[in-house]
Amino acid sequence: MDFIFYFGDVFSPLSFLLLLGGTIGGLILGATPGLSPTMAVALLIPFTFHLEAVQGLILLGAAYTSTVAGGAVSAILLKIPGAPANIATTLDGHQMAKQGKGAKALQLSFLASAVGGIFGVLLLIFLTPLLAEWALAFGPSHLFWLAILGVTVIGSLDSASVVKGLLSGCIGLWLATIGFDDIMGAQRFIFHPSLGGGINIIAALIGLFAIPQVLTMFAKGRRTTGAEVIEVQKHSVLDATKELIRRPLALGIGTITGSIIGLIPGVGGQIAGLVAYDQTKKFSSEKEKFGKGHSEGVIAAEAANNAMVGPSLVPLLTLSIPGSPTAAVLLGGLLIHGIFPGSDLFDNHPDVAWTFINSMLVGQVLMCLFGLYVAGLAARVAQVPQSVMAAIVLALSVFGAYSVQSSMGDVYVMACLGIGMYFLERFGFSAAPLVLGLILGPIAESNFIQGGMIADATVGRASYFLSGGLNIFLIAVVVASVAYSAWMELRSRRYTTKEEAQA
Amino acid sequence: MRKLITGAAMTLMGLAGAALAEEYPERPIMMMVSYGAGGATDFQARIVTMTAGNEDALGMPIAIINKPGAGGRVGWNWFATQADPDGYTLAAYNVPHFIAQSIKGGVQYSSDSFEPIANWGADPAVFVVAADSPFNSMADVVAHAKENPGKLTFSGAGLFVGHHIAALQIEKAAGVKMAYIPTKGGGAAAMKAVIAGEVMGGVNNLSDAFRAQAAGNVRILGVADLARSEFLPDVPTMQEQGLEVDNSSVNFRGVMVPKGTPQEVIDQLAATVPEMFANPRVAKKMQAGGSPMHIMTRDEVKAMWAAREQTLKELLAGL
Repeated sequence: MDFIFYFGDVFSPLSFLLLLGGTIGGLILGATPGLSPTMAVALLIPFTFHLEAVQGLILLGAAYTSTVAGGAVSAILLKIPGAPANIATTLDGHQMAKQGKGAKALQLSFLASAVGGIFGVLLLIFLTPLLAEWALAFGPSHLFWLAILGVTVIGSLDSASVVKGLLSGCIGLWLATIGFDDIMGAQRFIFHPSLGGGINIIAALIGLFAIPQVLTMFAKGRRTTGAEVIEVQKHSVLDATKELIRRPLALGIGTITGSIIGLIPGVGGQIAGLVAYDQTKKFSSEKEKFGKGHSEGVIAAEAANNAMVGPSLVPLLTLSIPGSPTAAVLLGGLLIHGIFPGSDLFDNHPDVAWTFINSMLVGQVLMCLFGLYVAGLAARVAQVPQSVMAAIVLALSVFGAYSVQSSMGDVYVMACLGIGMYFLERFGFSAAPLVLGLILGPIAESNFIQGGMIADATVGRASYFLSGGLNIFLIAVVVASVAYSAWMELRSRRYTTKEEAQA
Repeated sequence: MRKLITGAAMTLMGLAGAALAEEYPERPIMMMVSYGAGGATDFQARIVTMTAGNEDALGMPIAIINKPGAGGRVGWNWFATQADPDGYTLAAYNVPHFIAQSIKGGVQYSSDSFEPIANWGADPAVFVVAADSPFNSMADVVAHAKENPGKLTFSGAGLFVGHHIAALQIEKAAGVKMAYIPTKGGGAAAMKAVIAGEVMGGVNNLSDAFRAQAAGNVRILGVADLARSEFLPDVPTMQEQGLEVDNSSVNFRGVMVPKGTPQEVIDQLAATVPEMFANPRVAKKMQAGGSPMHIMTRDEVKAMWAAREQTLKELLAGL
């Protein structure tokens, strides 16, 4: 119960001011395309040089929690996912915004974020020693199977048909091979210097999601100007809360999936939202509504990506191993004050450790309050005329892609992928499975190679990848997932053929 | 008219040249780090440049820009081919990484593409094992490797980086074959593999291993350097344990500029930057973060680069 003892420290005037500043600043940074949580936290590190360790970490903790949630704003309103965590949010969230329900989508996303986020931080507080063992249990073979499990999601995710979904997944897998291979040092498909480092995931996200949208707006020309002004419906916070309570399945699956997957070093944050979205869709009684502006999609995705915040810090705080890029930046924030994460942190600096964790808890609540406050205003973005909107989204996309690593190369990559995606979308392909391939490809590949090298030197590949409780469990889930998708596909085909026959 | 314009332009250029020599630097300076934000190189670069704006240093702040990717190749390729050699674009170097990469080929730089300014840190590679490992010294490791050739797995951060060089040197010195497992995701992923027991040992940075040992997760068996580290006075070097491993794998970090930067700018930087590194505030922060400092002047770095190039060419020739 140490954390209650240190709760007072969060509310000392300067600390609370920093918490407030970090939360509001984090929401704005998070809503800016291209500024991922990692970048936002890195930008704030220099400010902590002049603060006490406790205060510095309060600022960083608050910024981390609220940037993750802030990413939902641009994902819903502009269809630009600010970070991989927000991909799943765009699928239903942007559809809702287009129907004038932007306020509702934003309110739901902030409420779901707060619920998921608080659950995640509570896990961090109460179960850290247990979770640390769990985080270490995932070796190369398990991460490989986990990535394969992700691949099985590809077919059923937001596409006209399973085949098209798989095909765009394959394009993503191929794009992922571009660049220097980190393990073997080989060069693959580098035709241009800007591809030397591979395809940057943030630049790719912006290109694949935002650019086709801009092109579509331009393609409509002037004919439809003014005719498409969307009426933005007002939506009360109370209704949003009721809606959230009516969707316990989405909230529960999102929170739990996010917490479990967020824990796994190196994989978690990127795919938590997508996996939660897919699972919720499979278990939901209203499957057909997903992808068309269904509230469950937003709730599951946002609950998952904020639930992952707390557990993702477990490897850092207990083992001193940063499990995600953001955790690596936070490690720098700790080291600069001479604090080593691990037992040293909890034994010798409990005030720093617990105040930091508490600030994330309070930060979740503050983030939710501010988010709800601006949701109604922000949703009016949908009323902006399309011609203006196209220009704004295009400008933000270029800015976002450039700011990732101050490189024009990323802007070219974004533009090329965006134009390519515009044409693919015309043929019923969709960006989400492509991005999933892009994310999962390197995880599956590097863990397979690494596991293979370990296996060759020790027990042999077959027993390394196919034996052991966790391996067998993951393989079983993969098989179940494939079987389920196949069964659903067959069933829906039978129904359609029947209907066609009747017609 | 044309003559007039040409004349004016020439005068302006002359003025600019004179101003450059006298008033450098007159605007903030950029320093490129070829690794991501939060990594050891980025973290140290931010600390050692934090006093750049002081009057006794450069009088202008240094802003860090990250260009990560492909083990540093992306950033250094950019620096060698696209950075302006005007003294306002600096970069952090990591030796032996960029020299080893240029020897292996496939990149657009070599040690001739850059002019060193000064060195700030030296992070030796160490050999770590999990806290519950049966190995208690390098002799145990070598003995196990001799009995089981090619079966002793040990991790490190990728190929042709300091860890890999240290691994090659240990194998060569002991005359054994072991299984080096390069991980994706840098030293942190390699350390996780050791702690989780996925591999039997690992090569890692002294600064990271020092923290992990303090947390009780690993034990450090040997340091791949010529002398013991002040952070780890009890851990013997490889040479003390009978393995002829020199300091070729020590990760030297410092500042460089692209070839073609005006000589007067290089001279001015070479004079001021080592003093900036020696600032007590910098030393205190570096000490607190567990990052060993090792300040070297331009001439010393030049000699170190040349020596490293020589050793690495011999070591990597057999691969």
